[in-house]
Amino acid sequence: MSDVVAGKETPPKAAGPVSLMKIFSVFLTIGATSFGGGVVAYLRNSLVRENAWLDDTEFLELMSISNTLPGLNATNMSILAGNRLRGWSGALVAMLGMCLPGFAFMTAAGVLYGARGDNPLITAALKGVAAAAVGLIAATWYQLGRKSVRDAFDAFVILIAVLAIVEFKLSVPIVLLGVGAIGIFHHRPGAAKTHTIGEGKWISSLQ
Amino acid sequence: MDQLPAVARVFAYLSLLTIGGGMAAFPEMKNLVVDVHHWMTFPQLIHLYSVGQLAPGPNMMMVAALGERISGLPGAFIAAAAFFIPTGILTFVVGKVWDKLKNWPWRTSIQLGLAPVAVGLAVAGTISLGKGAIQDWITAGLALIVFFATLKTKINPALLILGGAVVGAIALRV
Repeated sequence: MSDVVAGKETPPKAAGPVSLMKIFSVFLTIGATSFGGGVVAYLRNSLVRENAWLDDTEFLELMSISNTLPGLNATNMSILAGNRLRGWSGALVAMLGMCLPGFAFMTAAGVLYGARGDNPLITAALKGVAAAAVGLIAATWYQLGRKSVRDAFDAFVILIAVLAIVEFKLSVPIVLLGVGAIGIFHHRPGAAKTHTIGEGKWISSLQ
Repeated sequence: MDQLPAVARVFAYLSLLTIGGGMAAFPEMKNLVVDVHHWMTFPQLIHLYSVGQLAPGPNMMMVAALGERISGLPGAFIAAAAFFIPTGILTFVVGKVWDKLKNWPWRTSIQLGLAPVAVGLAVAGTISLGKGAIQDWITAGLALIVFFATLKTKINPALLILGGAVVGAIALRV
């Protein structure tokens, strides 16, 4: 793992324990303001730069745990960082802070959709939102995919996973376990080809 | 109310599929929410999923909106809890034992091996969403414009989604 992110200075870490209220309020702020996705960039800005609770090396380490596990980066990172700061209670308040604003937003959206969703103007607007969302999600994965494809084997794995689901209608867990096992075996310890995980580069691309 | 146990099961199961992000779970979500349980139509799922891109915080919090539509406020709580708590506990436990796992040789293998699978699952999820959301040249053009604007500019994506709503309201009325 890369220890230094070139050209990015991070302040020294703050001393002393952090209060649960402070952890909650910092994560609540991120949870309420991180519009437009990319929560990881908001997290790094707040945890590493503004509050100096983690340095970049620790942040990358937590990212690599988060990426290996199921669950979203936003919540996984809140739990891992909260745990570093104040153990399980820190993890709990960090996760709650991260989730509450979006929960209120989406529950309200569900209620409004139930009340007004069949209004022709709303339906038309939602069609536009859905089309824009497809473009946004495709762009996000195009960017991530370019970083993930290291060789022809990786490209092959992506293709097989897509075809298995889209063409052959296999279920996600079967593809995850089957194709995942092939991928993991290919990168097994001691295999001829070893790659470094370019997370340092990846994190600097978040700026 | 009688749907709550099923809501808990479905969303806890879906959460385990979110390797690399929420999009990986979309095809299975469509299958369970629309085809198996008939909780809503595919267009309704697409609408709520897309609105979820506007919300701050974790972009899969749209499960709360699905739960609300299925069983009201209790449904919203159960869906969100089922989706976020089991994976949260797993992450917490792994975080605790990470120092032991850190030098485990298979750790890097798992990370490198799963990365392209996660991309493949997300692409498949995007195709599944796109099949429902792209219906004519206006929606196709809108998706393309947002795709390139996201890649080439620094516009906040939430504004692009809101732009989509405005274009839709003007151009996509039936």
